[in-house]
Amino acid sequence: MEDSVSIPGAASVTLSTTVAPRHSALVRVTHWLTTLCFIALLVTGIEIVISHPRFYWGETGNVLTEPLFKLHIPSSRALVPTGYGYVLPDQNGWSRALHFQAAWFLVLTGLLYLISGLLTGHFRKNLLPRKPDLSWRALSTVIAGYLRFKRPSEAEAWSYNVLQRLAYLFVIFVLFPLVIWTGLAMSLSFVSAFPASVTLLGGQQSARTLHFFVSVALVSFLLVHIIMVWFAGFRSRMRAMITGRPATDKEST
Amino acid sequence: MSDLSRRKLITTGLAAAAGVTGLGVAARLAQKYGLVPPDSGGIYGLGETLTYASQRLLTRHSLAREFSRSQISKRPVPNEMPPLSDAFKRLQAAGFADWRLSIDGMVAHPGTFSLAQLKSYPSHNQITQLACEEGWSYIAEWTGVPLSHVLNLVGVQPQAKYIAYFSIDPDWWESIDMADALHPQTFIAYGLNGDELPVGNGGPLRLRLPRQLGYKSVKFITHMTVTDSLKRFGKGLGSAAPEAGYSWYAGI
Repeated sequence: MEDSVSIPGAASVTLSTTVAPRHSALVRVTHWLTTLCFIALLVTGIEIVISHPRFYWGETGNVLTEPLFKLHIPSSRALVPTGYGYVLPDQNGWSRALHFQAAWFLVLTGLLYLISGLLTGHFRKNLLPRKPDLSWRALSTVIAGYLRFKRPSEAEAWSYNVLQRLAYLFVIFVLFPLVIWTGLAMSLSFVSAFPASVTLLGGQQSARTLHFFVSVALVSFLLVHIIMVWFAGFRSRMRAMITGRPATDKEST
Repeated sequence: MSDLSRRKLITTGLAAAAGVTGLGVAARLAQKYGLVPPDSGGIYGLGETLTYASQRLLTRHSLAREFSRSQISKRPVPNEMPPLSDAFKRLQAAGFADWRLSIDGMVAHPGTFSLAQLKSYPSHNQITQLACEEGWSYIAEWTGVPLSHVLNLVGVQPQAKYIAYFSIDPDWWESIDMADALHPQTFIAYGLNGDELPVGNGGPLRLRLPRQLGYKSVKFITHMTVTDSLKRFGKGLGSAAPEAGYSWYAGI
């Protein structure tokens, strides 16, 4: 754990790059806790949707009302007219329990990340785009690089480019808060204390539909994230997020 | 080096001890203030406890949202139901004149109530949402007598903590804590949208809890027991729901 303890011998060489890890221990731990919670939420979320794969807008919606749209999949309830001749086994019990437990862990992990990120300047230093990088010229250079499938530069192993920064900020400060909000807005008990949390969204069924769409956005981010990690060098990037050190650190040990 | 690791060991040990003590104190306080649900054991018990405890602290007295008449759903969904028993059909054939709700346990005057008796008490209405754990919902106007009114008649003893309530369907029973039992929107409901409560929606008698999932609003209730412990009911998890893997509290 203590990075400072292991260097003394090899002191003089490339100190600046080897001392600070690519990702702080807190970022690494919260990253993987979030991953674990997210996978649990995704699997159980799909299970819960299967019990009623229809979506509505407004306060109410059920099999006797017209849906906004429906997923053309079989259901785990005979009540739902799916067009399939069979009913899937009911998995909602453990799915709901795990969904909410994982949501609790995710929120607590998120709070830990948020508070430590503010205290250590993580957001300011690593995620907030630098002023010059936000010019059209700079942005188009980065976008052009992606479009030409250019492998990321050595510098990008140590620091996020402007598109990465914007994407991560969007996920952290827009998508995650939205998915938590729309989730809570479905809770009858929660909205009894905070009714505006659901009326602002247009009703309980609107909250459910929005929860679905934000989840789809988060899953899309996850897929792109994994593809980009693969593209940049899976082993190196995984090492960076697990041990804190991206590439081979042969020269330093 | 050894000095460092010893110091580290001591601080880590102290931190761990403080952590464990802290958790122990938190658990004891939660238990004392009734923030631990009966299904707090098992691998999902922590999530259940966090939800129940936080909602007990935030929503003890909050009122479920009420809607306008224009928002009432055109057709209140009668959910899937197991076939009705012969006993139920006999009572139904007689217009439910012999339907009884009995209340016993930790009460001063155990009693049995007919539908006519329950309807003779001051009736209340609420236009609230019924939401199923599956994801669908409807809004309806429910008519009934607040459970607290009937509990006052039988005289609940001060040490009571829960009300367990039972359907004529032997597989369906639930329980609630006193906060939910005495909540002004917790009804013994006998009317829906200005009419008798249809059998498909739980008639002749259904407990109505608008701040919890549909399955807590047990249909065809015949019996209630006031108690200070849920250990001796079923598997001791509080109700039939956790025995099937579902949440006892069901506020979300």
